[in-house]
Amino acid sequence: MIPSSNALDRTNYLNCQKGWWSWFWTLDHKRLGLMYLWGVFTMFALGGFFAMMIRVFLMHPETAIWDPAVQLSDQLSKMDLYNRAFTVHGAVMVFLVIIPGIPAALGNFVLPMMLGAKDVAFPRLNRFSFHLWLLGALCFVTTFLVGGLDTGWTFYPTYSTGSAETMAVVFGTLGAFILGFSSIFTGLNFVVTIHKMRAPGMTWFKMPLFLWAIYATAILQILATPVIGISLLLLMVEATLKIGIFTPELGGDPVFFQHLFWFYSHPAVYIMILPAMGVMSELIATFSRKPIFGYKSIAMSSLAIAVISFIVWGHHMFLSGQSTLMSTIFSFLTFAVAIPSAIKVFNWVSTMYKGSISFATPMLYALSIIWLFGVGGLTGLFLSSMGVDIHLHDTYFVVAHFHFVMVGSAIFALIGGVYYWLPKMYGRMPSEKIGRMTWLLNFIGFNLTFLPQFVAGTKGMPRRYFDYDPAFASYNFWSSIGAGFILVGMLLTLFNILGTIRRGRLAPANPWGGVTLEWMTTSPPSEHNFERDPPFAGDPYDVTLVNYKDEQEGFVPAKPLKDDPLIYDYQASLKAGVAHSNLHP
Amino acid sequence: MSDHDKHDELGHGNQPHVLSVGLLAAVLVALLILTGLTVYTGKKDLHGLDLGIAMFIATVKATMVCLIFMHLKWDRRFNGMIFLFAVLLVGLFLAFTTLDLSQYQPLVDEYRRNQVAP
Amino acid sequence: MTTTAAPAHAPGHESGAVHHGPAHLQHHFQTSDQQYDASKLGLWVFLLTEVLFFSALFVAYTTYRSLHPEVFAYAANFLDTNLGAANTMVLLLSSFTVAWAVRNAQLGQRKLLIANLAVTLLCAGTFMGIKYEEYSHKYHEGLLWGGAKHSIFKYNTSYIRPDVKAHSHAWNEGSPFNHEIAPVKNLTAEQRREVSIFFAIYFCLTGLHGIHVLAGMVLLTWLLIRSIRGEFSPQYYTPIDLGALYWHLVDLVWIFLFPLLYLIA
Repeated sequence: MIPSSNALDRTNYLNCQKGWWSWFWTLDHKRLGLMYLWGVFTMFALGGFFAMMIRVFLMHPETAIWDPAVQLSDQLSKMDLYNRAFTVHGAVMVFLVIIPGIPAALGNFVLPMMLGAKDVAFPRLNRFSFHLWLLGALCFVTTFLVGGLDTGWTFYPTYSTGSAETMAVVFGTLGAFILGFSSIFTGLNFVVTIHKMRAPGMTWFKMPLFLWAIYATAILQILATPVIGISLLLLMVEATLKIGIFTPELGGDPVFFQHLFWFYSHPAVYIMILPAMGVMSELIATFSRKPIFGYKSIAMSSLAIAVISFIVWGHHMFLSGQSTLMSTIFSFLTFAVAIPSAIKVFNWVSTMYKGSISFATPMLYALSIIWLFGVGGLTGLFLSSMGVDIHLHDTYFVVAHFHFVMVGSAIFALIGGVYYWLPKMYGRMPSEKIGRMTWLLNFIGFNLTFLPQFVAGTKGMPRRYFDYDPAFASYNFWSSIGAGFILVGMLLTLFNILGTIRRGRLAPANPWGGVTLEWMTTSPPSEHNFERDPPFAGDPYDVTLVNYKDEQEGFVPAKPLKDDPLIYDYQASLKAGVAHSNLHP
Repeated sequence: MSDHDKHDELGHGNQPHVLSVGLLAAVLVALLILTGLTVYTGKKDLHGLDLGIAMFIATVKATMVCLIFMHLKWDRRFNGMIFLFAVLLVGLFLAFTTLDLSQYQPLVDEYRRNQVAP
Repeated sequence: MTTTAAPAHAPGHESGAVHHGPAHLQHHFQTSDQQYDASKLGLWVFLLTEVLFFSALFVAYTTYRSLHPEVFAYAANFLDTNLGAANTMVLLLSSFTVAWAVRNAQLGQRKLLIANLAVTLLCAGTFMGIKYEEYSHKYHEGLLWGGAKHSIFKYNTSYIRPDVKAHSHAWNEGSPFNHEIAPVKNLTAEQRREVSIFFAIYFCLTGLHGIHVLAGMVLLTWLLIRSIRGEFSPQYYTPIDLGALYWHLVDLVWIFLFPLLYLIA
């Protein structure tokens, strides 16, 4: 049975214009969101390829062990290749996948619809942001062609400005610089859209929490990203013109670069996690069929995280020569940032209490994030203690910590969010069976990969080393096995999404029972989002507002508006001569 | 729908706020005078107050440019507040970084001294 | 409120063949007010990012100056205060003319609008001209950061090119603007290294500012062309308004740069 609120058989945003140019030069936020999504997936595959390279390498220490019998040049070239692999992996994943990830892909697609708007405030700027992302990606790929970067994704001078290959450093930093502007303009767009284009009746505290999360993220993007821009520009000038600000021989200070770099890069990690938390709020509320617990505290905690994230950057520099005074201050402030994060976790769990839980694939991802973010966040507390960090800095403990939050929370939220909004994007339902399988593989694989790394780290295994003491062999072995599980899980996810687009079951407007405004339009939506005014901009978490309707295979508003009796039956309402209005009077 | 168009024509509610040339010129003259004052005080030795006075005058000039030339005095308060917020954030960045560098500078200086006289 | 049912969308056309509102109103905004408001907010947010963009350099300046105040006091003597003051006056004048241009646009005074934009552009050009004069003087004197080939502030004197040493007034006699300060050749290696950082920061700060002036000139030229074409009216002059705000930011940065770099007694 085809739900009448499915719009694949009529004009929608996917088929209203055809041809690659209509996509490349589009102003439609939904098309831009989709292109970002596929771009991000592609870059994830690239970064993942290098991750697999690292794990395969580390699985066989006997080929890497410093052996006098093996040629020195062989050893050095292995080390060199390894350095390039983890640099590319880090840079691609951070700048091209996770930072743009949820805001650019899901945010662009969903935000205007959630607000009841036709588009973002500056659609041309939005398109420009996407083109900048493409340009940045191109710059990064060019670094491979000029020999590859081996400085680590953090580009610390004086190595990056001295001995490292200047061309590779220039292209790498240029790529990150351009991507920074993509991020800034996206953030700017979202801030103005949320301020000026909310639907009538949607006050700040009637906004869905995903939008609060995106708003807090946008603030971070706007305030922090320009600083990495200037830092990388200075690095480029240092590497090429030898300006001297970071070079001691010329009177400069390399630790100064680290201050500049981390002033952005710490808020950057909150740019990665805040949207993920926003997705979590939506998923948990919808699949518990319950209003979110503590709406205001979740909204405020998003802002609190954004604010506090600006004053903790020094916890990345405890062992860099930072003064004891500042290290103490930063350590203390870092403990503070854990509090709003914990508030969110408590609220999510409380939302589920006495809810009607459905274990659809998006919910499985959301539930597992509670564990994964819990572990990731708590291990962050270990690292923020100055004394403990002396032992754990630059070990695999740090690696495991940030993978738990960046992959286990942010990437899992991206996948969960994609499954959740896929019916809206393409008008087809993903396969539940395959979806659950992907979740199981990813979850088991992820834990198997990174839990052993915590132990290896506490026992002293350093990060960014191509070689290690045989005592760490079993941890690396199991970690690499886990990586194999993730590989299969991610490939299966891709297979599921592609299969859905081609021949998934047709989706209704509201398959999951969400109450936010994007579910009040057809799947997929028309070009300008709403063929008629969205029925209500009320409480976004009042689940009594929608009821399940068998013939729609989904949810419909419990009280449709007076002049809208056949709310989603577009064809029938046309025949009945029911008035259609644009969103705007 | 058509009555909306009539309101929209001006695009600013009713009338946009227009600044008089006299006001603009007065601000320009004030700015030029303050610039002269800055140069004058810059040439004198004010025993440590140099930077403070120069920054104070610069801030006064900046405030005039922001409030009048950039129209903030008659604009939505939010627009001005975000600008102020940016400046405060930079101040915080400045304070923390300068504090840190000044704390470990003695170590660097000592190292350099030992280097020069082997 | 019955309107005809919206026709099925032909590919390539926007939905809603009815175009509502004045020509400049974009389809995703409901009113001109909303569009103007959103544009203004958008530009102020952009100016916020510009403040943050310059911030790292101001942090560098503050840090290094507070750690080596005597170095900065010495090095500032090589900058021409008069040229710096002239540049300040030129930019202040340009701020005045561009603010006047906004008034002209609001009142539909097309000829004055074009004249004011042209004068602003002229002032910007003058600024860049003076800047070029300063930079080329420094290049000839070797007053560059230590890593530059032509610099007289290298740690090791044997790295300093003999022809630069011979022809540089700064190396042999000191500052032409202050005869009381020591020539560079009398400085210790350590001192030369520290002075070089002043010049690194000087070139970064004024260079970045100069790039913004150039971008502003491109913007002003575009606005000038559009004004000549008559694209602005009292109903729609948002680009002039926003362009003027950007230009004021350029002026604001210089208002702080001038005393910080040129007026260190």
